[in-house]
Amino acid sequence: MGKVVVPVGPQHPALKEPEGFSLTLEGEKVVSATVRLGYNHRGIEKACEERTYTQNIYLIERICGICSHTHSTCFIQCVEELAGVEITSRAAYIRTLVGELERIHSHLLWLGVAGHEIGFDTLFMYSWRDRELVMDLLAMLTGNRVNYGINTIGGVRRDVSSEQIKDILKTVDKLEERTKYYIEVLTQETTIVQRLAGVGRLSKEDAIRLGAAGPTARAAGVKRDTRKDDPYAAYGEVPFEVITDQNSDVLGRGIVRVKELMESYKIIRYVLERLPEGELTVKVPKKIPAGEAISRYEAPRGEDVHYVKSNGTEMPERVKVRAPTLANLSSISHMLEGGYLADVPIIIAAIDPCFSCTDRMITVTDREKDSKSMLDWNKLRAYSIDWHKERGLDFSAISHLREDGR
Amino acid sequence: MSGGKGLCSLYISPEKRKFIMFDKLINWARMKSPWIIHFNTGSCNGCDIEIVSTLTPRYDLERFGVQQKGSPRHADVLVCSGPVTLQTKDRIQRVYEQMTEPKFVVAVGTCASSGGVFTGCYGVSGGIDSVVPVSAYIPGCPPRPEAIIDGVVKLLGSLEKKEEEEKK
Ligand code: SF4
Repeated sequence: MGKVVVPVGPQHPALKEPEGFSLTLEGEKVVSATVRLGYNHRGIEKACEERTYTQNIYLIERICGICSHTHSTCFIQCVEELAGVEITSRAAYIRTLVGELERIHSHLLWLGVAGHEIGFDTLFMYSWRDRELVMDLLAMLTGNRVNYGINTIGGVRRDVSSEQIKDILKTVDKLEERTKYYIEVLTQETTIVQRLAGVGRLSKEDAIRLGAAGPTARAAGVKRDTRKDDPYAAYGEVPFEVITDQNSDVLGRGIVRVKELMESYKIIRYVLERLPEGELTVKVPKKIPAGEAISRYEAPRGEDVHYVKSNGTEMPERVKVRAPTLANLSSISHMLEGGYLADVPIIIAAIDPCFSCTDRMITVTDREKDSKSMLDWNKLRAYSIDWHKERGLDFSAISHLREDGR
Repeated sequence: MSGGKGLCSLYISPEKRKFIMFDKLINWARMKSPWIIHFNTGSCNGCDIEIVSTLTPRYDLERFGVQQKGSPRHADVLVCSGPVTLQTKDRIQRVYEQMTEPKFVVAVGTCASSGGVFTGCYGVSGGIDSVVPVSAYIPGCPPRPEAIIDGVVKLLGSLEKKEEEEKK
């Protein structure tokens, strides 16, 4: 049988490093997968050098709209380290609060997208409906649903009032109910388990060797979480568990994410109960002393790393960003190899590469015939759903989904 | 905007008046149920998640007949988000050319309207209108789902008005 090369991509707008995949097929099996980077490159790092530190907060925040708080906090931590300032603990707690709300919205978003990729649109609609509750909280706290702009160098820009705390706690209770249900769905619903178990395997050794990050690594049993390993903001004081799973497959990655939601609720409750009094910001000079700093942050997708070099002026000399998806890309090619073409969408979706873009173009090249044909992401998704339907996995057959918890 | 030209004008000529009803029907259907295709030209994803939000239960654009399509050939409205990066420039042109007439472009977000915060980045060529003609701009970073819906409704309203004027 001839080998077929299928390029998947390249539109991947999410992070600084959009990606494309080139799959070589033998029949329906993927023999090798290569990742290509460099599309949708906007040149943010260079642009940072021409803007002041304060302007950069807003630019950096827009590296990714899903984990905007991640990037701005990570960048600001570098600047604060260079300036030698310590933020107040109230500011640190508020940063933690917004960070966890962001994690909740991001994980719920992922759950929906994963459901959509396997043809389980009911799950997509449910989890996005529940996600709106978090979006309301974020809008209430920060004034915007996405790109919150709550961080500033030396602290945060908005306070949390006692009424807001009540609202947040109420919503968190509701979300907790729903999350329990999602955990049940992911661990007990037979169709889901059959569809996801064993797909996109990544062993513990490989996860460590390939430098996987976030839920991708934790689902392989690697206990790696920056919030614990190198605590920032208020995480040093907050008790929480690092969720791991032994499944090492797409199912495991899903379970880790929904269980992490429960930890996030715990963190939010802890933070709100013990919110310390104090100022929101400390004064930071406009000119940042010369030096270099690196900072790490556990984004919903894994570890985010920022590097800032200052030359003593109002503008940084160099800014470097390593977003978590880049860390997970090398394991993705490993996970795809040996799997079926029909599982490609969900395996890629399972690292959660900021997946809102639905119109990737896929060129199918038959090496022997040298013919080319175009497929878009939707067609590949449809192919995948049909392929599994033929093998008896049909999500339209699930009729007993409950409507409770609200 | 090209009103009733393009695809429909293939069928309509003064002699074949009986097709005018057909033309009207198509126009009516287009206004009552516009199909959109979403294209990301290099956005930070903020606008994209808000566009997807409009399709989910709380906002549920589908009740207005709006459906998201996978192929540009099926779509009436191209919804773009993000500044145009040098890498996506050719692609957006290609997608636009693949759409059948009459077609409309909606720029969602400040980036799509003008380049936004990314103005001046070396990988960015500017707003959507630097590449393809835009019919509606929806500002905001990102615009709330309500704003996106409002923008689409306004676009449809302006089409309806134009239709009425043509009748007069
Ligand atoms: S307008 Fe704002 S949210 Fe939308 S793509 Fe641009 S930076 Fe992102």
